[in-house]
Amino acid sequence: MIPSQFDYVRVSTVDEAVAALAEHGEDAKILAGGHSLLPIMKLRLAVPTVLIDISGVEELNYVRVDGDHVAIGAATRHHDLEKSEVAQAEVPLLPHVAARVGDPQVRHRGTLGGTVAHCDPASDLPTALLALGATVVVAGPGGRREIPITEFFLGFFETAMEEGELIVELRVPRTGAGGWGYEKFTRRENDWPIVAAAAVHLPDGSVGVALANMGGVVLKAAAVEAALAEGKSIEEAAELAAEGTSPSSDMHADVEYRSHLARLLTKRALKVAAGETEASTAESTAA
Amino acid sequence: MSILGTRVVRTEDPLFLTRGAVYTDDLTDERLTGALHATFVRSTVAHGTVTEVDASAAREAPGVVAVYTAEDLGDLQPVPPPLPFLDAGFSRPWLVPVGGRVHFVGDLVAVVLTEERYQGEDAAEAVVVDVDPLPAVVGTAAAATDETVLFPEVGTNKVAAFGEPAPDDFFADCEVVVTRAIANQRVAAAPLETRAASAAWGEDGRVTIWCTNQGAQQAKGQIAGWLGLDAEKVHLITPDVGGGFGAKIGADQEYAFVAWLAQQAGRPVRWTESRSENMTGMLQGRAQDQVITIGGDRDGTVKAYSLVVQQDCGAYPRIGTVLPTLTMLMAAAVYDIPKVHAQATCYATNGTSIGAYRGAGRPEATAAAERAMDLFAAEIGMDPADVRRKNFIPAFTEPFTTASGATYDSGDYTAALDRVLEAAGYADLRAEQARRRERGDARQLGIGISAYVEITGADSGHGTSENAELEVHPDGTATVLTGTSPHGQGHATTWAMLASEQLGIPVEKITVLHGDTDRIPDGGGTMGSRSLQQGGAAVHQAAVELVEVARKRAAELLEANPDDLEVDLANAGLSVKGTPGTGITWAQLAADEQLIVQTTFTANAPTFPFGAHVAVVETDVESGKAVVTRLVTVDDAGTIINPLLAEGQRHGGIAQGVGQALLEEILYDEDGNPQTSTFADYPFVSATELPSFELVEMATPTPMNPLGAKGIGEAGTIGSTPAVQSAVVDSVAHLGVRHVDMPATSMRVWKAIREAQKGSTN
Repeated sequence: MIPSQFDYVRVSTVDEAVAALAEHGEDAKILAGGHSLLPIMKLRLAVPTVLIDISGVEELNYVRVDGDHVAIGAATRHHDLEKSEVAQAEVPLLPHVAARVGDPQVRHRGTLGGTVAHCDPASDLPTALLALGATVVVAGPGGRREIPITEFFLGFFETAMEEGELIVELRVPRTGAGGWGYEKFTRRENDWPIVAAAAVHLPDGSVGVALANMGGVVLKAAAVEAALAEGKSIEEAAELAAEGTSPSSDMHADVEYRSHLARLLTKRALKVAAGETEASTAESTAA
Repeated sequence: MSILGTRVVRTEDPLFLTRGAVYTDDLTDERLTGALHATFVRSTVAHGTVTEVDASAAREAPGVVAVYTAEDLGDLQPVPPPLPFLDAGFSRPWLVPVGGRVHFVGDLVAVVLTEERYQGEDAAEAVVVDVDPLPAVVGTAAAATDETVLFPEVGTNKVAAFGEPAPDDFFADCEVVVTRAIANQRVAAAPLETRAASAAWGEDGRVTIWCTNQGAQQAKGQIAGWLGLDAEKVHLITPDVGGGFGAKIGADQEYAFVAWLAQQAGRPVRWTESRSENMTGMLQGRAQDQVITIGGDRDGTVKAYSLVVQQDCGAYPRIGTVLPTLTMLMAAAVYDIPKVHAQATCYATNGTSIGAYRGAGRPEATAAAERAMDLFAAEIGMDPADVRRKNFIPAFTEPFTTASGATYDSGDYTAALDRVLEAAGYADLRAEQARRRERGDARQLGIGISAYVEITGADSGHGTSENAELEVHPDGTATVLTGTSPHGQGHATTWAMLASEQLGIPVEKITVLHGDTDRIPDGGGTMGSRSLQQGGAAVHQAAVELVEVARKRAAELLEANPDDLEVDLANAGLSVKGTPGTGITWAQLAADEQLIVQTTFTANAPTFPFGAHVAVVETDVESGKAVVTRLVTVDDAGTIINPLLAEGQRHGGIAQGVGQALLEEILYDEDGNPQTSTFADYPFVSATELPSFELVEMATPTPMNPLGAKGIGEAGTIGSTPAVQSAVVDSVAHLGVRHVDMPATSMRVWKAIREAQKGSTN
């Protein structure tokens, strides 16, 4: 439970971070909140030799309206996203999901860019960003580039970022008062989801649906989205939620049960988004 | 007014909540200056033959002072199993040698001593260990086949067997017989403070060992025995302890190892395990596979009951081997059943060794009996509360001996059930359940009932006795020495209350000390819910005796007749009858001559606390997820000395039971690899999964000690576990479900519903 030896570099601008990444190469890791990275370092599943701490990079900490998008700095903490009035007004799905991540300690440390870069298939916020059709802005030695989130998550802990790049911003469409739902199924309130489903009505009139923990990465429920676009009912569309997924089988859920949960949670999230039912709150408080 | 029975706030807490407790890893004792850090190299293979241990690279690693493998152990002899009737072939080596077998993931292969702790992790990683794997024996069913035998010199995985099979005609006179295989799964104690030990040898040839444990005297005896040391050479000190739950009873081999390493290195040595190490290295609990069979008539009369236990002992059989005998003793539970059969067989497996865990053998008996009652009730279509009432032992004040051989001191099980049902609003709950079933709600209500009786203060190696020393000092303060060993319970508060009650010295002026074998050479520690009824009773007895010693001395000093003197609580001393304030204080007497009493209290027999729990769950029948919405409990532990602390014990116990019922289970894959060795995987229960508990009062004093107190430390767990499990089953009973094994996870519940809907009653 003690990490291997590593060096620690603290940067205060994106340029410094990019320079540090260039200097230290592939053995360097970006440290933001540290709540995903440090545990795997303690278990020695990750052994970076240099940590580049961006938690003090002020230019990465913001939530603001930018044209038809909301722009969110990569180092924005979950708690700040949860409390952001801009986010609450313009893209309320995100602050809601931010409030369901882990526990208060995690939410005060974890960052939006960090959870996207970490690329855990069970992460809450990447699922919401995928449903929203967000854009990931990364910076590297060649400057900045935009990556659609649908092309960002490549595989288990593997993203479309290239060596020397870091996430600087997430751009999400302004859904405003459009409907949304997030259904997270856990053993305990502060656990990772066994399965989660996000559904959101987008400005172009379509419905975005994404799933957590139904494969090696967070996944679009493409068949569900297509069925809804064809005018199928929520029940009919949700029945397709497990199509194209490749869930793992573990002690919490086997493939059959995960597939069932994907259908059930998708149906519930869609109904909440459509205003037909109320959201499942933290289930443990249901009484 | 008596201080007993009042809610005295814990005197321990101001320090615990500000500075923090001083756990073994926090010690700054100067004898530990310059200590080396021990890091154990553990097997990552559950079962196999060690073919290579190469420590050469580790010996060159930064900060490494020494690396020990099995070749470097000198005269150290393997540690025999802790029970005399067990085959010595089950002995555990200190380090598994090349050619020897590792028996679980976590078995010790080498140990590294480094200047700094972090260096130990790097060096331990550099020790090359090769193991030629053997098939792993996971669980009792695999062990029983003996297809793979863990200890070839023993020749079988069977460790012990208790009892005989039931006669063929055992259920012949029953109209209805129900039988079912159920699991009482393997769980982790998971105390917040993991295991830790430090050791330093003095120039006088004695070793001082600090370690986290539940009884210093027993731990000291074990360590001295394993190392072949004269017991007088060992001084064991128990610092503050952050939870034990039974898994810290006695010593672990690592503790003794630390002392041996300190001797070898000629320097003090410290060791604190990581959480991952704790989740495979520390004793675990329960791990019983049971077959319950219950028979009776359709009017609800139970005539015969059989409990057959397969106990998983883990890799090296330890105290878990005898816990099934407690399960057998308590098999009849709260019921007056004419015929009760119990039998147990214990097996070695390639898992972590099993030990005591909150309840230790008794929860397994209660869970089995309560499941049996529910299954019987479901089979004959009777309300589970009515079936219980029909079969309870009637209220008794004289000892009652059950069909499984336990002699209970006093009890009124019907009253306990009636109280808890009334407090829960049982009839209203059933009505609400019926409405939801009628409507076909997605969230269905489940109501679970348990009634229990358990044994506390049983002989766990120290008879039914405990010691106390009480001294009043010339400055008016007092010191209590106790052989019990608090690790969160609050003995410092309660023991001070017991002395204060007799002497009038305020609680805050009474210091309670424990866990130092030089000052307190004899003691039974804290386990089996024994502390108050034996250790507390000893403090009470010491205070009563101290008054009598003081009375004789005061009579001489005051030139009065001893019989004319009475205790003057307001002035913390003795006065001439009828004229308070005219006498002499304990402090004045202590200034004149040391005022001290040492005493031993011996109970005639253990006590049998009892109670009844009602759990209410809401189950989302679409997902299978059950949420506990209410827990209403009667836990009758006789006379309550401090309700605040008693409630704390109930709260913690109830919560731990919910954890086992719904969430917790140590799992292995088919190769014996632990699947639950971090807190990301092993879900102990947390506040977000629990409702506020509704505690109902009931107190039936025991005649076994002058306090009238029975044990309360484990009762909550024993009652809540089956109540919650039963509630989950009940919530989906209308869908055809009769049983869901623990932990009743959402997947298990969902699958049980699906199976039942397919037509076969599950």
